[in-house]
Amino acid sequence: MPRLRLEPRAQTSRLATYLSPVLAVVLTLIGAAVLFAILGRDPIRAYQAFFIDPISTFYGAGELGVKSAPLILCAIGLAIGFRANVWNIGAEGQFVLGGICGSYVALFYEPTLGPATLPVMFIAGALGGLAWAAIPALLKTQFNANEILTSLMLTYVAQLLLNYLVRGPWRNPQGYNFPQSKIFDGYAVIEPWISGTRIGLGTFLALIAAAGGWFLLSRSFLGYQIKVIGLTPAAAAYAGFSAKRVTWFCLLLSGGLAGIAGINEVAGPIGQLLPVISPGYGFTAIIVAFLGRLHPVGIVLAGLLIALSYLGGEAAQISLDLPVAVVGVFQGMLLFFLLACELLVRYRVQIGQAIAESAA
Amino acid sequence: MSSPGGSAAEAPRLELRGITKRYPGTVANKNVDLTVMPSELHALLGENGAGKSTLVKIIYGVVGADEGEIRWQGEPIAAHDPASARRLGIGMVFQHFTLFETLTVTENIALGLDDQRDMRALRRKIVETAKRYGMALDPDRYVHDLAVGERQRVEIVRCLMQEPKLLIMDEPTSVLTPQEVERLFEVLRRLAAEGCSILYISHKLGEIMALCQRATVLRQGAVTAQCDPRRETSASLARMMVGSEVLAVKRPAEHKGEGEALTVTNLTMEPDDPFGTRLDNISLALRKGEILGIAGVAGNGQMEFLRALAGERLAPSADAIRFDGKPAGSLGPAGRRARGLAFVPEERLGRGAVAELSLADNALLTAYLDGNVGAGMVKTATVRNFAGAIVKDYNVVCAGIDAEARSLSGGNMQKFIIGREILQKPRVLIAAHPTWGVDVGAALTIHEALIRLRDTGAAVLVVSEDLDELFEICDRIAVMSHGRLSEPKRVADTNIDEIGLLMGGEFESKEQAGAHAAS
Amino acid sequence: MHELTAILVSMVLSATPLLLAASGELVTEKSGVLNLGVEGMMVVGAVVGFGVAFGTDSAIAGFAVAAIAGALMAALFAVLTLIFLANQVATGLALTIFGLGLSALMGKAYIGKTLPPVPHLHIPGISDIPLVGPLIFGENAMVYVSVAFVIAIAWYLSRTRSGLVLRSIGENHDAAHALGYPVRRIRFLAVLFGGAMSGLGGAYLSIVYTPLWTEGMTAGRGWIALALVVFSTWKPWRLLFGAYLFGFFSIAQLHAQGFAVPIAPEFLSMLPYLATILVLVIISRDAKRIRLNAPAALGKAFRATA
Repeated sequence: MPRLRLEPRAQTSRLATYLSPVLAVVLTLIGAAVLFAILGRDPIRAYQAFFIDPISTFYGAGELGVKSAPLILCAIGLAIGFRANVWNIGAEGQFVLGGICGSYVALFYEPTLGPATLPVMFIAGALGGLAWAAIPALLKTQFNANEILTSLMLTYVAQLLLNYLVRGPWRNPQGYNFPQSKIFDGYAVIEPWISGTRIGLGTFLALIAAAGGWFLLSRSFLGYQIKVIGLTPAAAAYAGFSAKRVTWFCLLLSGGLAGIAGINEVAGPIGQLLPVISPGYGFTAIIVAFLGRLHPVGIVLAGLLIALSYLGGEAAQISLDLPVAVVGVFQGMLLFFLLACELLVRYRVQIGQAIAESAA
Repeated sequence: MSSPGGSAAEAPRLELRGITKRYPGTVANKNVDLTVMPSELHALLGENGAGKSTLVKIIYGVVGADEGEIRWQGEPIAAHDPASARRLGIGMVFQHFTLFETLTVTENIALGLDDQRDMRALRRKIVETAKRYGMALDPDRYVHDLAVGERQRVEIVRCLMQEPKLLIMDEPTSVLTPQEVERLFEVLRRLAAEGCSILYISHKLGEIMALCQRATVLRQGAVTAQCDPRRETSASLARMMVGSEVLAVKRPAEHKGEGEALTVTNLTMEPDDPFGTRLDNISLALRKGEILGIAGVAGNGQMEFLRALAGERLAPSADAIRFDGKPAGSLGPAGRRARGLAFVPEERLGRGAVAELSLADNALLTAYLDGNVGAGMVKTATVRNFAGAIVKDYNVVCAGIDAEARSLSGGNMQKFIIGREILQKPRVLIAAHPTWGVDVGAALTIHEALIRLRDTGAAVLVVSEDLDELFEICDRIAVMSHGRLSEPKRVADTNIDEIGLLMGGEFESKEQAGAHAAS
Repeated sequence: MHELTAILVSMVLSATPLLLAASGELVTEKSGVLNLGVEGMMVVGAVVGFGVAFGTDSAIAGFAVAAIAGALMAALFAVLTLIFLANQVATGLALTIFGLGLSALMGKAYIGKTLPPVPHLHIPGISDIPLVGPLIFGENAMVYVSVAFVIAIAWYLSRTRSGLVLRSIGENHDAAHALGYPVRRIRFLAVLFGGAMSGLGGAYLSIVYTPLWTEGMTAGRGWIALALVVFSTWKPWRLLFGAYLFGFFSIAQLHAQGFAVPIAPEFLSMLPYLATILVLVIISRDAKRIRLNAPAALGKAFRATA
């Protein structure tokens, strides 16, 4: 009986490498149309509400830059780790810690530091995320504990810590008992760089991170070591590359970047510390990283696309009365299609005789 | 023993007609015919990559043929998988054992038998069968506790339990000492006398001449000859196998190395892997300008010793391993490379090279001390030049230095790795199984390269399970067994039998010998 | 004494969803597949179970459909990893993200609704024995089901031929393939079983434990279940012990909050997560033990090398 059969490619297909994410996006759009139809919405109208309306204004287009910044910042760090088989999936927690540590500076030292406040906030944010990521790094390298589980558990801990702070010691005394800090002011606020939008420092930092990530992966010897460790750990051990050092590096880097994303979000778009400071940026960044094929340029494009889906979700909630959760479904669907399309990069699909995967 | 040629009326036990199997880019089997008679000891002969393993996998039903017919005792077989093969009476001992380390011997054997549910009865039967053929086997031990030779016994007993009519043995002797090989042959001859056909796959000519009554020779996937190996010479068999006159490496003049390049002193190390072997008080002096071979059956500590020499695991004291007299035991791989050590590991893809990276990138894998990296940045142009030089100097057949490592044949990849290590001008080169699984031509290139390196005054350590190879290129040979290392013997002063006995563990390490002498 | 009984009974209550999900994942992992999507499968099981139980007034129907929903989610994972050979870690993460989104979408209609409490076993006389009575003879049906599953899995893995084959595939899929075992099919079934159990675990949360639906109500329990499998070193009996230990941790913090311990509730709520980390560290630091017990082929893709 003829059936599909997979043959490994002797050489990775360049075309397939670029086409597979595009194909995944197309399939997701088809899936989205089906989902809209199931929910009783006209797919064409829904597409427009989701993907066109949000960026049809100057402000809206700017929002794309604002929303994509935290995604790109987190995803660059994660992607470098994933390349080395370091699975930090706790970027959300590192993001929160970055927000907390940066806010500490903003809330208590703004008068003292003056114009130096913002830089110090970002350093504190980076250090906070970095410190939070250092825990799984330590546990991985010293005790062999799986970083997936430890970094994820720490995300819940970080979230609880944030809850405690905004409900307890850092709650704004003039805030009518709402669980939130006082609104940042003076030197602790990031002003938009382009008037009429909220584009600012964060977008700039995201592009810097992408450029740095590209340089690291494609030009530096450390980047080479990261790739070898990820592809073939035994070859790295043979060559004498230290897996522990690379694990530390990847976790600290991704934690630091997530921390910067966190403080940027708090000091920029939000302007104060709230019980929830991220709509799941740290988790969505995992999708961004994969959608960008773990490549910094791809990640920038993927970050913009996913940011659009966030904006679309908010818009559709209002104009179509669609639940925001639709966004999560899209993102999951996109990742599935992407993983499936990945097959085309590594294998040639042929129709031929069945391979004996015996039927005993 | 019945002469298989004489009984023409008898239906062949197994008959293959026109078997063809294609893989992307290659044809593994081309229109292969093969006939095995009852009670026949039949050899399937061919060099590495000739398609022997694919053919026996087709017979056992692991792989389906694209074209052709399999007949069993005169009847064509239609649907075919390992379970139905076992029901017909086909048993197979795989080259890479199909054993499960965390399961017991009994459990492993149960998995190879269909519908074996009563473990206690099975246990009894295992003991009986093993005894009948003179093989010791404890049914309750875990496979990870067994030596390689014992593991093979598990595989063989598993086949024998089904009272097979055809037993396929795929390169069975690479894990055995010469003496164990002789014992295995006795078992096989006895089985044949009892009516079982044996299909014996090997590229070792001596074994086939000693054991088999008929031979089918494969070259590049096609049958090139059928013969009675007892009437052939090694040279004529080799010609059938390779297709041309076989050039042997010119037996190098013996070198008396002067000065010690690498010394290992009383090295004892516990394994970090629970299935590993403990290194037991190993001492060794490798001289400049010699090739020293380490023989031994796989799994006797060679891998652990190689890791310790390469610096992947650090020695308990810096003095335990010295390069040029200077302590090196606490240096990592990079530190040892900086002192002039180069290393060819046993696995090509997956250790010696990264399958998914290009040859240019793979050149950098160990050559990062050689001016290819500056200020943390990769010097792409220099690395590419270096990769080009390897490809040119070692005749690596490839689509250029941007070809991914996995696209190369085993022999070409091995030439690339050897070239990469030797072009870095090492003072000590350690090569593990340098010609394992490569074709004759590549093996010749590699052997010559090792000898040339020796002649420049470098010290070469070769670890191999292939005694023929070691006797061909080494100046001295030591033997590793149970994590211990024997005193090296000059090749001129020893022979395969003596080394074989050492491989069986019949030696005392220096200390023990000394202790005996003292008492 | 009364207080202790209450703690132990609620310990069992909160341990049961972990036990259900983890014992399913244990079977999946024993076959050599690492499905990190437990959280996603649980949360979908939770919303589907709640919806069906709410619509049909039948907790049993809720559990049954939740198991099917979990298995369907797992089937998605199985198709991607076993047929499309996608990376198991990435696919598991995708399953979790997808499950959280899907459940939030499906559950919008059920927010604020509640279910009637599920009846407990009550044997007059026996169930009233102090401590032992309520603890052993006074639980709801799913508690007994979860323990029965552990016993059945332990028996299946160690005593049956099919269990032996499953273990052999998790140990060395190439060898199992060479011996003629259908690696892919068995793994597929093991993944489906894991999904169904996760579905049950999720449904237990929404039908029995709370009993109501809130977005993301699994709150990391799927991940804790994964950690429990490591903690158990892939042994069903130790899983039972581990799950109850965790149940104790999460209940202890609730009771501590009830006793007005002078620690902020947020810090007490961190306990189960911190305990998970601690337990992982303690178990994982012995690399040899992990190597001896973990299925050797865990997480590795299998392609029938023809």
